[in-house]
Amino acid sequence: MRVARLESEIDFDGWRVAARVLRTEGVSPEAVVWTVERDLFDQDLFPPPRGEGGGEADGWGTVQGVSTASPQDSSNPTRPLRGHPPHEGEGKILTVPAAFIDLAQTVILHRSPERLALLYRLLHRLERQPRLLDNPADADVAKARDMAKGVGRAIHKMHAFVRFRLVEDVTPETYVAWFEPAHRVTEAAAPFFARRFANMNWSILTPDACVHWDGSTLTMSPGADPADAPSQDAQEEMWRTYYASIFNPARLNPAMMKQEMPKRYWRNLPEAALIPDLIAKAQSRTETMVAAQPTKPSDRVLKAALKHARDGSFGESNLVNLEEVAAGIQVCRRCDLWRNATQGVPGAGPAKAALMIVGEQPGDQEDLQGIPFVGPAGQLLDRAMAEAGVPRDRVFVTNAVKHFKHEPRGKRRLHKTPDRGEVQACRWWLDAERRLVRPKVILALGATAVQAVFGKALPVGKTRGQRQALDGGEQGLVSWHPSFMLRIPDPEAKDRAYAELVEDLRQAWKLAG
Amino acid sequence: MAVLDLKRKLAILSDAAKYDASCASSGAQKRDSLGGKGVGSTEGMGICHAYAPDGRCISLLKILLTNFCIYDCAYCINRVSSNVARARFTVKEVVDLTLNFYKRNYIEGLFLSSGVIRTGDYTMEEMVRVAKSLRLDHDFRGYIHLKLIPEASPELAAEAGLYADRVSINVELPGDESLAILAPEKDAAGIKKAMGRMRLHIEDRNAPVKAGRAKPRKFATGQSTQLIVGADAAKDGDILARSAALYGSYQLKRVYYSAFSPIPDGSARLPVIRPPLVREHRLYQADWLMRFYGFGQGEIVAPGEDLDLTVDPKTAWALRHRGDFPVDVNTADRETLLRTPGLGARGVDRILQARAQTRLTLDDVKRVCGSVKRAKPFIVTADWTPGAATDGEGLRASLVAPQQLSLF
Repeated sequence: MRVARLESEIDFDGWRVAARVLRTEGVSPEAVVWTVERDLFDQDLFPPPRGEGGGEADGWGTVQGVSTASPQDSSNPTRPLRGHPPHEGEGKILTVPAAFIDLAQTVILHRSPERLALLYRLLHRLERQPRLLDNPADADVAKARDMAKGVGRAIHKMHAFVRFRLVEDVTPETYVAWFEPAHRVTEAAAPFFARRFANMNWSILTPDACVHWDGSTLTMSPGADPADAPSQDAQEEMWRTYYASIFNPARLNPAMMKQEMPKRYWRNLPEAALIPDLIAKAQSRTETMVAAQPTKPSDRVLKAALKHARDGSFGESNLVNLEEVAAGIQVCRRCDLWRNATQGVPGAGPAKAALMIVGEQPGDQEDLQGIPFVGPAGQLLDRAMAEAGVPRDRVFVTNAVKHFKHEPRGKRRLHKTPDRGEVQACRWWLDAERRLVRPKVILALGATAVQAVFGKALPVGKTRGQRQALDGGEQGLVSWHPSFMLRIPDPEAKDRAYAELVEDLRQAWKLAG
Repeated sequence: MAVLDLKRKLAILSDAAKYDASCASSGAQKRDSLGGKGVGSTEGMGICHAYAPDGRCISLLKILLTNFCIYDCAYCINRVSSNVARARFTVKEVVDLTLNFYKRNYIEGLFLSSGVIRTGDYTMEEMVRVAKSLRLDHDFRGYIHLKLIPEASPELAAEAGLYADRVSINVELPGDESLAILAPEKDAAGIKKAMGRMRLHIEDRNAPVKAGRAKPRKFATGQSTQLIVGADAAKDGDILARSAALYGSYQLKRVYYSAFSPIPDGSARLPVIRPPLVREHRLYQADWLMRFYGFGQGEIVAPGEDLDLTVDPKTAWALRHRGDFPVDVNTADRETLLRTPGLGARGVDRILQARAQTRLTLDDVKRVCGSVKRAKPFIVTADWTPGAATDGEGLRASLVAPQQLSLF
């Protein structure tokens, strides 16, 4: 039996020196005991380890040791080897694949007591099987790989689960964390924190070792106690708030959470204290959510939405033909008029027309039939057009507002004039029709149509008969709405308005050429 | 209106962000804070700093700048007609929260999304201001993901790319028709155009620079998107076809699938039944097959059809192609092994490495792949052959995992 003694649990250099000696001397893996006990023979101070690799108590006294303890440690009865590599000719030069060194440096950080013996066994086998590491199916290789994976995972989890706490009233800003890594990875994990938090002062305290960064250098110190770290940080309350809020109770999956965030880490995660309660309440929160009836949107929100719909840009629509406009109007929610209307009423007429006549909004008949100007006012317009010599089938007839605005009164529906917002919202459709039909002349009938076509209010009586250029390049004309004549009680005034409408129609048609 | 304290705002605006499945903080250009003035590093691989009880990782401070929104998308908790509590962060509040969380190692960086307020441009400008302040005022070198507002101007999207590591636009619904019905204000064509522009930006800005020429400012390295599963009638085949098109057309890094989940104050236009989470899981598996295993979308599931929820998509494919099995792990080529159920990409690499030295036994395969439970009926090893099991009638039943219980 040989005893190989390391300076610490992660003393890779010591392991390498000892392994080189043992290997050179041809010591078989079964004949080596690896230990970091300082004084194996002083049983009062350090009882011999039991279990795996421990061997029989009386066996310990008889082994010849291999130690890596520093040469000046003269109290050690075993042969110091550090700094004394085998003399040339003492044995053949050992070469191992670089991959083995990488693997061994990682595996030694594992907490398993078997790791040192496993590494030596691999080293030993590498002599006869130089390509051993290239066989991932080999049991020893697989075991070492699993240990390395465990260590890699522990490093990764340390990068993830360290929670710094600000040390109050200290300048420069200083942060300290208490952490308990799954394996002895504190040193290995430290450079990451130096790269990430290069301009902070910080320390990470663990039971094995502590690491400190002062803005330029990483230093190590012996293991510490949780009490050495600050016990709280004001931001933790915010962090817990975030943690609780970002969790979706309808997707509860604690098994997955535990797989990725093992319970051993919870003790030092400020957010983990919330977990039991979040899990306990998830089911009922979800049930409440599902059972709850949708609520009616608040008036404030609806108003805001309506405002946006009205003020939204027009002229940007992707509509490419009148069929799409017609279909769009059917599903339009830009204002609320659709709710009580039967259907939206798009314009009617040839896809390209020189004259476009714009009325106010569909009436009762139009709302039912889905065609503009088919009710009493429409019939009056037909008559006026015939008198003016304007062929209806060559004119595009539409309305400023596409849905019928009304108020139920008994069995009738009373016409209500659309407000500015509704006109504004619906301009989106009128503009689309204007863009697609490309009329030379637009005749706006009545104040609402004027508002929609000219974008501003103009007095009909004063402006009728006057040509005005529109932004789209069309000629704009204004006239009376036929329904106005239907409502004038004075027959003389009625006839005069009608004559003026005919006159305006004639002028419009002439202008349209 | 009462002024909300920061904690309350954080609760509202992170709650509102939890339906976005995206969590990745990987794929950024490597950098650290050495030699700088601020904090932060990215090392290629992102780190999940915590896991929520829903099993999802928390790697970023994922919040909305505001959950006020002028849109009315039925599936969205923040739609204008919903009665959820509303809040809005200032730019400085988001910047400070990000830095405070980052310095305590809670997060990898920031994932900033927002409801659309006033206009797309206004909203996007505010989001860009956050990223710009983190990068320029605080020399923050951690990860930033910005959700693009599709209607925002191309110039703003390009500016977002200057400060963010990744940008994304959510397609949300797999079909343009459903988008029109459930999200009337969203414009599928507009989203596609914005993604196309971003692809060109990313490719242009990240192209290798010829020697001697000035290196352009660092730019986002990728974009991603999210599809909601189960809010409309789209079948898995349609969803994957859409993903395949998105990967191909816009070089997306990831498509996230988010099983439609009940939301508080849900819209009456939504289905009452939510899809099982396993459907989302199967979609992710199928997505992996397309990206890492050489499967064409059409091989996995036809448009108009759903994935088999009882077995994983690769097993389902193998069950449809039993004639191709069993495969001999000691002789089969890489492509064939990758198509074998139970053999992952890493396991296949190890098999290829190991068999240069040894003839693999079933135990060997178990050691390199972790388990042979699913692979066993489909493989031949030095000491194992499935015999008639590959064609056996009971094969499918033996591969079906125990039923995952639903919450509902």
